[in-house]
Amino acid sequence: MKPTGAIELRVTPDRYVTIRYAGASGDFNPIHLDDEFAREVGLPGRILHGLWTMAQVARAATDAAGGRPEQLRSLSVEFRGAGMIGEEIVVSGTLADRDDGLIANLVAVQGGKRIVRNGVARLRPRLGRQS
Amino acid sequence: MPLAVDKVGKTYPALSYAVGREKIREYAEAVGETNSLYLDLDAARAAGYEDLVAPPMFAVVYAGRAVWPALFDPELELNFAMLVHGAQEFHWERLVIAGDEIATEVSVARIEERRGLGIYVFESRSSNQRGEPVCIGTWTNIVRGVEA
Repeated sequence: MKPTGAIELRVTPDRYVTIRYAGASGDFNPIHLDDEFAREVGLPGRILHGLWTMAQVARAATDAAGGRPEQLRSLSVEFRGAGMIGEEIVVSGTLADRDDGLIANLVAVQGGKRIVRNGVARLRPRLGRQS
Repeated sequence: MPLAVDKVGKTYPALSYAVGREKIREYAEAVGETNSLYLDLDAARAAGYEDLVAPPMFAVVYAGRAVWPALFDPELELNFAMLVHGAQEFHWERLVIAGDEIATEVSVARIEERRGLGIYVFESRSSNQRGEPVCIGTWTNIVRGVEA
Protein backbone atom coordinates (compact mmCIF):
# COMPACT_ATOMS: atom_id res chain seq x y z
CA MET A 1 0.00 0.00 0.00
CA LYS A 2 1.22 3.46 -0.87
CA PRO A 3 1.27 6.17 1.79
CA THR A 4 -1.34 8.90 1.32
CA GLY A 5 -2.89 11.51 3.56
CA ALA A 6 -1.83 14.52 5.54
CA ILE A 7 1.74 15.78 5.86
CA GLU A 8 2.91 17.85 8.80
CA LEU A 9 6.36 18.89 9.96
CA ARG A 10 6.98 21.45 12.70
CA VAL A 11 10.35 23.09 13.15
CA THR A 12 11.51 26.11 15.12
CA PRO A 13 14.66 27.69 13.67
CA ASP A 14 16.99 28.62 16.52
CA ARG A 15 19.06 31.82 16.46
CA TYR A 16 22.14 30.09 15.04
CA VAL A 17 20.42 28.18 12.25
CA THR A 18 21.27 30.75 9.57
CA ILE A 19 24.91 30.72 10.64
CA ARG A 20 25.15 26.93 10.39
CA TYR A 21 23.26 26.97 7.08
CA ALA A 22 25.48 29.72 5.65
CA GLY A 23 28.54 27.58 6.36
CA ALA A 24 26.92 24.41 5.05
CA SER A 25 25.48 25.94 1.88
CA GLY A 26 28.05 28.63 1.11
CA ASP A 27 25.40 31.39 1.06
CA PHE A 28 26.84 34.15 3.28
CA ASN A 29 24.47 36.93 2.20
CA PRO A 30 24.53 39.28 5.24
CA ILE A 31 20.72 39.62 5.27
CA HIS A 32 20.82 36.15 6.89
CA LEU A 33 23.66 36.84 9.34
CA ASP A 34 23.71 40.48 10.37
CA ASP A 35 20.70 42.16 12.03
CA GLU A 36 22.06 45.64 11.48
CA PHE A 37 22.68 45.06 7.78
CA ALA A 38 19.26 43.46 7.36
CA ARG A 39 17.53 46.46 8.94
CA GLU A 40 19.48 48.84 6.72
CA VAL A 41 17.96 47.18 3.66
CA GLY A 42 14.45 47.36 5.08
CA LEU A 43 14.02 43.96 6.71
CA PRO A 44 12.82 43.53 10.30
CA GLY A 45 16.09 41.74 11.14
CA ARG A 46 18.16 38.92 9.73
CA ILE A 47 15.97 36.38 7.95
CA LEU A 48 16.07 32.68 7.13
CA HIS A 49 17.53 31.42 3.87
CA GLY A 50 14.62 30.53 1.58
CA LEU A 51 16.46 27.39 0.52
CA TRP A 52 16.71 26.28 4.18
CA THR A 53 12.93 26.52 4.38
CA MET A 54 12.66 24.65 1.07
CA ALA A 55 14.81 21.90 2.62
CA GLN A 56 12.18 21.55 5.37
CA VAL A 57 9.52 21.14 2.68
CA ALA A 58 11.67 18.52 0.90
CA ARG A 59 12.17 16.65 4.19
CA ALA A 60 8.46 16.71 5.01
CA ALA A 61 7.50 15.34 1.59
CA THR A 62 10.21 12.67 1.51
CA ASP A 63 9.55 11.48 5.06
CA ALA A 64 5.81 11.21 4.34
CA ALA A 65 6.40 9.20 1.16
CA GLY A 66 8.66 6.60 2.78
CA GLY A 67 11.88 8.34 3.74
CA ARG A 68 14.16 7.32 0.85
CA PRO A 69 15.94 10.19 -0.90
CA GLU A 70 15.74 8.52 -4.33
CA GLN A 71 11.96 8.76 -4.11
CA LEU A 72 12.03 12.54 -4.60
CA ARG A 73 11.84 13.31 -8.33
CA SER A 74 11.13 17.02 -8.22
CA LEU A 75 10.17 19.86 -5.95
CA SER A 76 9.06 23.35 -6.86
CA VAL A 77 8.19 26.15 -4.45
CA GLU A 78 7.41 29.86 -4.43
CA PHE A 79 8.87 32.03 -1.69
CA ARG A 80 6.71 34.78 -0.20
CA GLY A 81 7.82 37.15 2.51
CA ALA A 82 10.68 36.40 4.85
CA GLY A 83 11.13 33.51 7.27
CA MET A 84 11.99 34.74 10.77
CA ILE A 85 14.29 33.25 13.37
CA GLY A 86 12.87 31.80 16.61
CA GLU A 87 9.31 31.32 15.42
CA GLU A 88 7.80 27.93 14.65
CA ILE A 89 7.29 26.96 11.00
CA VAL A 90 4.61 24.45 10.11
CA VAL A 91 5.04 22.61 6.82
CA SER A 92 1.74 21.02 5.89
CA GLY A 93 0.12 19.45 2.90
CA THR A 94 -1.37 16.36 1.37
CA LEU A 95 0.13 13.30 -0.24
CA ALA A 96 -1.88 11.72 -3.04
CA ASP A 97 -1.45 8.59 -5.11
CA ARG A 98 -1.28 9.08 -8.88
CA ASP A 99 -0.75 6.69 -11.77
CA ASP A 100 2.85 7.81 -12.17
CA GLY A 101 3.71 8.00 -8.48
CA LEU A 102 2.97 10.22 -5.52
CA ILE A 103 2.31 13.92 -5.51
CA ALA A 104 2.51 16.20 -2.50
CA ASN A 105 1.09 19.72 -2.34
CA LEU A 106 2.70 21.72 0.44
CA VAL A 107 2.94 25.10 2.12
CA ALA A 108 5.13 26.43 4.93
CA VAL A 109 3.41 28.79 7.36
CA GLN A 110 5.01 30.94 10.04
CA GLY A 111 2.97 33.24 12.29
CA GLY A 112 -0.03 32.97 9.99
CA LYS A 113 2.03 33.91 6.90
CA ARG A 114 2.66 31.50 4.04
CA ILE A 115 6.40 31.85 3.55
CA VAL A 116 6.40 28.99 1.03
CA ARG A 117 3.42 28.45 -1.20
CA ASN A 118 2.54 26.33 -4.21
CA GLY A 119 4.98 23.65 -3.08
CA VAL A 120 4.66 20.62 -5.35
CA ALA A 121 6.73 17.46 -4.84
CA ARG A 122 6.64 14.47 -7.17
CA LEU A 123 7.82 11.22 -5.67
CA ARG A 124 8.34 7.63 -6.62
CA PRO A 125 6.49 5.11 -4.49
CA ARG A 126 8.68 3.26 -2.02
CA LEU A 127 9.68 -0.06 -3.52
CA GLY A 128 10.43 -2.07 -0.43
CA ARG A 129 13.82 -2.20 1.21
CA GLN A 130 16.78 -1.63 -1.07
CA SER A 131 19.73 -3.93 -0.48
CA MET B 1 16.81 51.01 -17.14
CA PRO B 2 15.81 48.40 -19.74
CA LEU B 3 16.43 44.80 -18.78
CA ALA B 4 19.23 42.89 -20.50
CA VAL B 5 16.79 40.61 -22.33
CA ASP B 6 19.34 40.09 -25.11
CA LYS B 7 21.36 37.99 -22.63
CA VAL B 8 18.79 35.17 -22.56
CA GLY B 9 20.61 32.02 -23.63
CA LYS B 10 23.96 33.14 -22.28
CA THR B 11 25.88 30.28 -20.66
CA TYR B 12 28.61 30.28 -18.03
CA PRO B 13 31.64 27.98 -17.78
CA ALA B 14 30.91 24.65 -16.09
CA LEU B 15 31.85 24.47 -12.43
CA SER B 16 33.11 21.23 -10.88
CA TYR B 17 32.34 20.31 -7.27
CA ALA B 18 33.86 17.40 -5.33
CA VAL B 19 31.28 16.01 -2.89
CA GLY B 20 32.82 15.35 0.52
CA ARG B 21 31.47 13.00 3.17
CA GLU B 22 31.79 15.55 5.96
CA LYS B 23 30.20 18.26 3.79
CA ILE B 24 27.15 16.07 3.35
CA ARG B 25 26.97 15.55 7.12
CA GLU B 26 27.43 19.27 7.77
CA TYR B 27 24.65 20.15 5.31
CA ALA B 28 22.29 17.47 6.64
CA GLU B 29 22.77 18.68 10.20
CA ALA B 30 22.26 22.33 9.21
CA VAL B 31 18.83 21.56 7.74
CA GLY B 32 17.78 19.17 10.51
CA GLU B 33 17.85 15.92 8.54
CA THR B 34 17.79 12.83 10.75
CA ASN B 35 17.84 10.14 8.02
CA SER B 36 20.83 7.90 8.78
CA LEU B 37 21.65 7.58 5.04
CA TYR B 38 22.95 11.18 5.21
CA LEU B 39 24.72 10.89 8.56
CA ASP B 40 25.89 7.38 9.31
CA LEU B 41 28.38 5.72 6.99
CA ASP B 42 27.61 2.21 8.26
CA ALA B 43 23.88 2.74 7.73
CA ALA B 44 24.44 4.07 4.19
CA ARG B 45 26.66 1.07 3.33
CA ALA B 46 24.22 -1.36 4.90
CA ALA B 47 21.53 0.11 2.63
CA GLY B 48 23.67 -0.59 -0.43
CA TYR B 49 25.38 2.76 -1.05
CA GLU B 50 29.13 3.14 -1.37
CA ASP B 51 29.26 6.14 0.93
CA LEU B 52 27.05 8.74 2.58
CA VAL B 53 24.09 9.82 0.44
CA ALA B 54 23.56 13.54 -0.16
CA PRO B 55 20.05 14.79 0.65
CA PRO B 56 18.37 15.88 -2.62
CA MET B 57 18.44 19.52 -1.53
CA PHE B 58 22.26 19.28 -1.33
CA ALA B 59 21.87 20.48 -4.94
CA VAL B 60 22.03 23.99 -3.46
CA VAL B 61 25.64 23.25 -2.50
CA TYR B 62 27.01 21.88 -5.78
CA ALA B 63 24.75 23.85 -8.16
CA GLY B 64 24.24 27.01 -6.09
CA ARG B 65 27.80 28.15 -6.47
CA ALA B 66 27.59 27.68 -10.22
CA VAL B 67 24.72 30.21 -10.27
CA TRP B 68 26.74 32.96 -8.56
CA PRO B 69 28.73 34.01 -11.66
CA ALA B 70 25.40 34.63 -13.39
CA LEU B 71 24.02 36.60 -10.43
CA PHE B 72 27.17 38.73 -10.36
CA ASP B 73 27.44 39.06 -14.15
CA PRO B 74 27.84 42.79 -14.86
CA GLU B 75 26.16 42.28 -18.25
CA LEU B 76 22.91 41.34 -16.49
CA GLU B 77 22.96 44.38 -14.21
CA LEU B 78 21.00 42.80 -11.35
CA ASN B 79 20.34 45.26 -8.54
CA PHE B 80 21.29 43.24 -5.45
CA ALA B 81 19.80 45.63 -2.94
CA MET B 82 16.39 44.87 -4.45
CA LEU B 83 16.90 41.14 -5.15
CA VAL B 84 14.69 38.43 -3.64
CA HIS B 85 14.57 34.70 -4.29
CA GLY B 86 11.14 34.28 -5.88
CA ALA B 87 10.90 30.59 -6.67
CA GLN B 88 12.96 27.44 -6.94
CA GLU B 89 12.55 24.13 -8.68
CA PHE B 90 14.70 21.01 -8.79
CA HIS B 91 14.35 17.83 -10.83
CA TRP B 92 16.51 14.98 -9.62
CA GLU B 93 17.65 12.21 -11.94
CA ARG B 94 19.82 10.21 -9.56
CA LEU B 95 21.40 10.42 -6.14
CA VAL B 96 24.69 12.07 -5.31
CA ILE B 97 27.05 10.03 -3.14
CA ALA B 98 30.12 11.22 -1.22
CA GLY B 99 33.09 10.98 -3.59
CA ASP B 100 31.12 12.08 -6.65
CA GLU B 101 32.40 14.93 -8.82
CA ILE B 102 29.51 17.07 -10.00
CA ALA B 103 29.83 19.43 -12.96
CA THR B 104 27.21 22.16 -13.29
CA GLU B 105 26.47 24.40 -16.26
CA VAL B 106 24.30 27.47 -15.85
CA SER B 107 22.41 29.44 -18.47
CA VAL B 108 20.09 32.42 -18.54
CA ALA B 109 16.65 30.94 -19.21
CA ARG B 110 14.45 34.02 -19.04
CA ILE B 111 14.56 37.75 -18.34
CA GLU B 112 11.38 39.77 -18.30
CA GLU B 113 9.63 42.67 -16.68
CA ARG B 114 6.29 42.09 -15.03
CA ARG B 115 4.42 44.85 -13.23
CA GLY B 116 7.54 46.71 -12.18
CA LEU B 117 9.42 43.54 -11.22
CA GLY B 118 12.45 42.21 -13.05
CA ILE B 119 12.26 38.42 -13.36
CA TYR B 120 15.59 36.64 -13.88
CA VAL B 121 15.45 32.87 -14.33
CA PHE B 122 18.60 30.76 -14.43
CA GLU B 123 18.80 27.08 -15.25
CA SER B 124 21.47 24.78 -13.82
CA ARG B 125 22.28 21.35 -15.24
CA SER B 126 24.41 19.08 -13.12
CA SER B 127 25.95 15.75 -14.04
CA ASN B 128 28.29 13.37 -12.28
CA GLN B 129 31.77 12.06 -13.12
CA ARG B 130 30.23 9.38 -15.39
CA GLY B 131 28.40 12.06 -17.37
CA GLU B 132 25.03 10.95 -15.99
CA PRO B 133 22.48 13.71 -15.37
CA VAL B 134 21.96 14.35 -11.68
CA CYS B 135 19.84 17.45 -11.21
CA ILE B 136 18.26 20.32 -13.12
CA GLY B 137 17.57 23.49 -11.15
CA THR B 138 15.42 26.48 -12.05
CA TRP B 139 16.36 29.56 -10.02
CA THR B 140 13.91 32.46 -10.17
CA ASN B 141 15.16 35.78 -8.83
CA ILE B 142 13.00 38.87 -8.60
CA VAL B 143 14.32 42.41 -8.60
CA ARG B 144 11.91 44.97 -7.19
CA GLY B 145 11.55 48.49 -8.52
CA VAL B 146 12.40 47.86 -12.18
CA GLU B 147 10.98 50.29 -14.71
CA ALA B 148 10.83 49.42 -18.36
